[in-house]
Amino acid sequence: MGLPDIKTNLTDARLAAQPVPQSGAWLAAARDDALARLRAMGLPTKRDEYWKYTDPSTLTEAVAQSADVFDAADEAPLYDGIDRLKLVFVDGVFDVDASDDMAPEGVTIERLADAGAADIHWAKDLYGVLEAKGQSPVERPLAALNSATATDGVLIHVTGTPSKPISLIYRHADATSDATLHHVIKVDAGAEVTVLENGPAAARFNKCMEVDVADTGVFHHIRAQGRDHERRAVTHIFGRLGKESVFKSFTMTANGVLTRNEVVLELTGDDAQASVAGACMGDGAFHHDDTVFITHDAVNCESRQVFKKVLRNGAVGVFQGKILVQPDAQKTDGYQISQSLLLDDDSQFLAKPELEIYADDVACSHGSTSGAINEEALFYLRSRGVEKGTAEDLLVLSFLAEAIEEIESDDISEDILARLEAWLMRRRG
Amino acid sequence: MLEIKNLHVKLEDEDKQILKGVDLSLEAGKVHAIMGPNGSGKSTLSYVLSGKDGYEVTEGSAHLQGEDVLDMEPEERAAAGLFLAFQYPVEIPGVGNMTFLRTAVNAQRKARGEEELSAGDFLKVVREKAKTLKIDAEMLKRPVNVGFSGGEKKRNEILQMAMLEPKMCILDETDSGLDVDAMKLVSEGVNALRDAGRTFLVITHYQRLLDHIKPDVVHIMANGRIVKTGGPELALEVEQNGYADILAEEVA
Ligand SMILES: Nc1ncnc2c1ncn2[C@@H]1O[C@H](COP(=O)(O)OP(=O)(O)OP(=O)(O)O)[C@@H](O)[C@H]1O
Ligand SMILES: [Mg+2]
Repeated sequence: MGLPDIKTNLTDARLAAQPVPQSGAWLAAARDDALARLRAMGLPTKRDEYWKYTDPSTLTEAVAQSADVFDAADEAPLYDGIDRLKLVFVDGVFDVDASDDMAPEGVTIERLADAGAADIHWAKDLYGVLEAKGQSPVERPLAALNSATATDGVLIHVTGTPSKPISLIYRHADATSDATLHHVIKVDAGAEVTVLENGPAAARFNKCMEVDVADTGVFHHIRAQGRDHERRAVTHIFGRLGKESVFKSFTMTANGVLTRNEVVLELTGDDAQASVAGACMGDGAFHHDDTVFITHDAVNCESRQVFKKVLRNGAVGVFQGKILVQPDAQKTDGYQISQSLLLDDDSQFLAKPELEIYADDVACSHGSTSGAINEEALFYLRSRGVEKGTAEDLLVLSFLAEAIEEIESDDISEDILARLEAWLMRRRG
Repeated sequence: MLEIKNLHVKLEDEDKQILKGVDLSLEAGKVHAIMGPNGSGKSTLSYVLSGKDGYEVTEGSAHLQGEDVLDMEPEERAAAGLFLAFQYPVEIPGVGNMTFLRTAVNAQRKARGEEELSAGDFLKVVREKAKTLKIDAEMLKRPVNVGFSGGEKKRNEILQMAMLEPKMCILDETDSGLDVDAMKLVSEGVNALRDAGRTFLVITHYQRLLDHIKPDVVHIMANGRIVKTGGPELALEVEQNGYADILAEEVA
């Protein structure tokens, strides 16, 4: 059984342009394994079922398309008012000078490029391991490419409860940059951490994050993907949840010509809770794909998927979400909602919600809707004197509210909301 | 205050004439009531005056304090002092009642070139007005009208009216869905706003409301027209005999 030539050639060309970096023993072994996985699968093409709604060609081609850097003018950066530990990457390269000292209480942070040079490291049990596990039942070749070729990233071991969030800031400076980052986060039993991400990172960005949350551990993740209009990104989060652990991830996306965010979670311990949410606003040349796969493998776990997309001027939104409940995962509570607000007839929302349930005592619900702005509500607001544009904005924000409410911290959700408001204001000029 | 002349309105998408020449002259400081059979065009009149889409004015005019309202956007009409308490208030999930009220109050102030109310001042005024309408803090926090009972929605309409202090208030069946006590509360809310510079157009099916909000003039609308105008006694006549006699007179 051979791979189709087209995939072999695509993969070869990409690896020629983006070779596997030299590393120490543990990482070299992990990269070898990932490379073997990648070669066996080959990079995806739009003929693949899993890429039916999103054309991966600009994500897989050897040389990245260039993307202009967005000018945020005098706007305050996101999370500006939040005390956090800043780790800065510029076009995918860790910037020591711009970053804070990496030794806060309750956590150890190492740069992949440094830790990877060692012969042995704790990350060996996770790097490429959760990714490999997430390759079935659906292949995710771009994640294997990432594990094989990532040039930088951080390894975060959370042993306690650090006093502030760890903030990964991705700056984009070079219009032709092509960045591949891989992070590993290990949250010990009883430990708790919040990881923030923001910024466009590069013209093309491939990011993989593997997160292992031990029993009773808590992981919060809030990400804002940069506003460069032409940027492209493919990201993967692979999470494993232990007993009574909590995993919550929220993503805001405004702008970006192409984004594919995959989240693959496995709830392996009883009473674990997972939430994956996204609010996205697309205008014009914007294609955003949320692909989520949650596997319930333990008893009495809860998982939520809440995705909201506001689309206009021909923007495209995609949602592929699955809840898989294994035979022993009794008392599973699974919730999935994906909705789009189409502000005109040119925009499009494509959704494929799926439930696959092998246990008999479960409560799972899913729904997907696509609709226009509610004219009755719009008139009601206007009849009270609210100007049309403002009324529309209010309705847009109210549509996104359910996703934003998934964020645990009020400070952060206010920050996200303010950014969404600013985006709306900017659009109206 | 509001001068409506020979107003003809049809549905935009259908060849259906709904208002067939409405004439109304509503003076400042007065309360006018409109009664009339179901489907006679009362709500349509209120929607057309407040600028809802879907209707086409084919003839006639409406002027609010000399300004052509039919030419304005809905929000401009609101800023000019027009207010409609909806027969069916709209639910808006995700928009807090408080945010909604504050946005509305400040939008109108801004449109009139007045200074916006500070958060603190606003809160004080809302709390006080809500209290007289027995609207509790919890209801103020909830999304606009979502999960409100029929009567709560109507009280919420009157709260908005009290906050916005419009010049020309149209109340479309504000009494429907209200229990006896709520009817009193709402009427008191309305009466508190009665003022020499403010006009009310109260659409209702029942004399009951008019016991509380005493009208100066009562109009009967039928088949898209005002067919009879009189004093408060006209409402009593309708209450006792229905519309048959009045409509028969009209035909004759
Ligand atoms: N958007 C619309 N589409 C179709 N028909 C409409 C529309 N709006 C109004 N109509 C029709 O116009 C007529 C007048 O309706 P309207 O709601 O104004 O009556 P009303 O006097 O307020 O009645 P009620 O006392 O029952 O509230 C009715 O026959 C109604 O069906
Ligand atoms: Mg009506």
